[in-house]
Amino acid sequence: MMHSSDLKDINLEQALFNARILALLILILGLVVLLAWRMFELQVAQHSHYTTLSRHNSLRLRPLPPTRGLIYARQGELIADNRPTFRLELVPAEVDNLANTLQRLSHILTLSDDEIARFQKQRSRSLPTAAVPLKLNLSEAEVARFHLEKRHFPGVRLSTANTRVYPAGAALAHVLGYVGRINEQDLQRIVAANYQGTTHIGKTGIERYYETQLHGITGVARDEVDAQGRRIRTLEQQAPRMGRSLVLSIDLELQRLARSLLSEQSGAIVAMDPRNGEILALVSAPDFDPNLFVGGISYKAYAKLRDNPERPLFNRVLQGQYPPGSTIKPLTGLAGLEAQTIDFHQKMFAAGYYQIPNDARKYRDWRAGGHGWIDMDAAIAQSSDVYFYDLAYQLGIDTLSPFYARFGLGRKTGVDLPGEARGLIPSRGWKRGRYKQPWFPGDTLITGIGQGYMLATPLQLAKMTSCIAMRGRCPLPTLRKHPHPDAEPAQTQTPTITLKDPAHWDDIITAMEHVMQAPNGTAHASGADAAYRIAGKTGTSQVFGLKEGQKYDADTLPRKLRDHALFIGFAPVEAPRIAVAVVVEHGGHGSSAAAPKARQLMDAWLQRPLSAQHPDNDVQP
Amino acid sequence: MPGYNARYPRNTLTTMYSPDQDYAPSRLKALLWRLRLDPILVAGLLALLVLSSLILFSASDQNNAVVLRQITRFAFAFTVMFAIARLGTHTLYLWTPTLYVLSLLLLLAVLVFGASGKGAQRWLDLGLIRFQPSELMKLAMPMMMAFFFAERRMPPSMRDIAMAFALVLIPTFLIYKQPDLGTALLVASSGLVVIFLAGLRWRTLLLIVATFAASAPVLWHFMHDYQRRRILTFIKPESDPLGAGYHILQSKIALGSGGFYGRGWLQGTQSQLNFLPEQTTDFIFSVYGEEFGLLGVLTLFSVYLLLVLRGFYIAWNAQDSYGRLLAASISMTFFIYFFVNVGMVSGLLPVVGVPLPLISYGGSSMVTLMAGFGILMAIQSERRLLTK
Repeated sequence: MMHSSDLKDINLEQALFNARILALLILILGLVVLLAWRMFELQVAQHSHYTTLSRHNSLRLRPLPPTRGLIYARQGELIADNRPTFRLELVPAEVDNLANTLQRLSHILTLSDDEIARFQKQRSRSLPTAAVPLKLNLSEAEVARFHLEKRHFPGVRLSTANTRVYPAGAALAHVLGYVGRINEQDLQRIVAANYQGTTHIGKTGIERYYETQLHGITGVARDEVDAQGRRIRTLEQQAPRMGRSLVLSIDLELQRLARSLLSEQSGAIVAMDPRNGEILALVSAPDFDPNLFVGGISYKAYAKLRDNPERPLFNRVLQGQYPPGSTIKPLTGLAGLEAQTIDFHQKMFAAGYYQIPNDARKYRDWRAGGHGWIDMDAAIAQSSDVYFYDLAYQLGIDTLSPFYARFGLGRKTGVDLPGEARGLIPSRGWKRGRYKQPWFPGDTLITGIGQGYMLATPLQLAKMTSCIAMRGRCPLPTLRKHPHPDAEPAQTQTPTITLKDPAHWDDIITAMEHVMQAPNGTAHASGADAAYRIAGKTGTSQVFGLKEGQKYDADTLPRKLRDHALFIGFAPVEAPRIAVAVVVEHGGHGSSAAAPKARQLMDAWLQRPLSAQHPDNDVQP
Repeated sequence: MPGYNARYPRNTLTTMYSPDQDYAPSRLKALLWRLRLDPILVAGLLALLVLSSLILFSASDQNNAVVLRQITRFAFAFTVMFAIARLGTHTLYLWTPTLYVLSLLLLLAVLVFGASGKGAQRWLDLGLIRFQPSELMKLAMPMMMAFFFAERRMPPSMRDIAMAFALVLIPTFLIYKQPDLGTALLVASSGLVVIFLAGLRWRTLLLIVATFAASAPVLWHFMHDYQRRRILTFIKPESDPLGAGYHILQSKIALGSGGFYGRGWLQGTQSQLNFLPEQTTDFIFSVYGEEFGLLGVLTLFSVYLLLVLRGFYIAWNAQDSYGRLLAASISMTFFIYFFVNVGMVSGLLPVVGVPLPLISYGGSSMVTLMAGFGILMAIQSERRLLTK
């Protein structure tokens, strides 16, 4: 038997429903009366007031775009400037026949389909009385021709507007990025009202990351206009507020030097102050001229950049993910010391290859004959693979992966640039998810020497190097110059990485110093004659895997398959002021292709007096 | 779906009373009835079409093509309405859950595929036709809610109310994420109306309103800066002098200068000199008010009121809970459309992008609205067929 209350009571329901319908009807009638009353108020009670307003509807609002904030380099050089240029604007409400006007205009100056399409798009989202830009950056000849004809074009006028200019050109393309015309995608991330008079927006780089600060706040002018809509006078105006100016940490001289070091090659160089994360130089080669994008790059020029196999638009420092190769060995060593698996001075015999117990496969060392009896110091200095195969095997991937992660690998560094890549630290879980395969001990070996699945961006390597230089006090990389040169936050803050025995930092740094100074250190050629103490590590990252027993011969390989050359390092060892990561794509050996570049940068930076490294040139916008 | 027809002893109620047999039908009316078209609704809709054509011609700078396109759309939408009116409520009832789930999946599809596209994506490109799943949800939502409560005891238990809220809030959230706040609010209200009609206790209603009011500061805390700014503009248009504030002032000048008789067709200076924004869509009522005055405005109000009241009449007399709830929800949503648009352009409500139903230029919402009227007619003819 069903309980009686489970049954639907039709009559009760209908009564309830009808009561609710009545409630809604009362609400509806009330709201209609409200609307009718409102219309009576507007159309009868205040009719004469609004009629007057309508007759004198001469008030028009005109957006006043703000001046974009300027950008300075470390020593105060202006690297993003605004220059006044002529542009042609059109007020749709003042033009009788738009199509005809555009047609006639195209006789006196060139109007591309692209420009017309942009104009139409912007027109559709602005007030009919607002001036919409039609053509930017008019040449002097075009300005002159329009002047002669302008009485035939009511509603069309010339105006001056600021155009962004990057005086340093391609040298800073990957740092500053560029501004470009606002498109539909951009509209999703801005408050459209604040961009009413603005034509350009930061598309990449610093220009994009700091868009909100750089843009400023749009002002409004209240204009009185005549019956044809022509402006008679401006009644009042709320001035625009200029965007904030920025001072970057980039040292233009060092940046130019770094760029020249990569002039013939593709690759990345990043130099950082390890104490506070200020990036001194950030170069991704090849690069491009950001000024091309400001005026609207032609499709042909863009296609050329996009289809260039060397990918000049690609920011290798942030987005290039490379196997770190032997540059990871100091971390693997540190992991061994931390886990007390091995002692710094404990020696092992490093032969020409390594075998996992009960496994026939041979894991080769880069030096055919091996390194003989070596301890960790020598293993890092000479970059023994076999030593680190053994250490990685003993530690296991479950110890190694989390240890690498502590140095910021495998996640974004948090630098103030958009589009940073994550890199990758492989682990059991990752491989199962990605390849549906278990983790093999062999995977651990090649991870321990930075090959295989592992990936890091040059910026991550620079950050990792800074972590070592500062003995665990990892800085947050930034492109903005710290306002107070004395404040060195990374130095005073508590370490982000603490080792059980802090002496292990000194062990690893000593070994890295031996890379540069010891007679058989891999970067001996670049480090032995330095006037200050350098710690570094070379690396070579494989572009393709050699089969067992195959020999790598750089001369017979096509360039695209040659190894990437890497180097990380910092100096001076006792009080680090610069940390560098260099990647030279298909450069061959880290010792010959990458380390000398880092040395040149360090020389240039450290030979400068301290006051020149930290100029007190704060720009107050 | 067994027992839908068997469960309701509807004959006991309906054989006693049938108003439509009281007056002698004219030939035209007889034809309309045979086609299952409700004469009063058809008359009201045609009146709106005439007014829409007149005012669109004026607002579009006397562009014949715009008017022609609007009439073509109306013809298409009318066909859709006609087809739905012939379906019968039983068919609608049976298809309701399918339609709701389908709409939900399409909304998800828009979000998933929209993520790779640029910015706000509301459209699903099906090759030949582009189609907006949120429009489908405008129909599916009241249908699903009516379906949900039709089989349940009313007033509903707390558990049923909680489930009903979930049914309303999931699609609302998906539409809000597109992002399309206006449509999300309309879809939500069409569902909430059904919960109210199903007998949600006043006490519970108050509690829910109070909870929402209380959670507002928490939401505010978690919002981005630009989101906050958008909401401030929404509440206080003067804070955005280049956008909403200017639009509302110009709209009020247009309405106010219309006076009692209006300035005459094609004579409104506010609209003809392009002071009004979006004057063929969201702000078309301002053009209408300027040119036709309070007299025209009250006429228009009467046509809307006629349609809404007829909808409620159909709900009142519907044969079963499903028809009752559905008819009332569709009518109420139509009214909300109207009220929000007129309230917005006359400066009573904040600016939300809601067009004036069946008058504003635009296609997709017209089809949905007319389909809604088709459902009303289906419910109405069900009753007529049974009472014969």
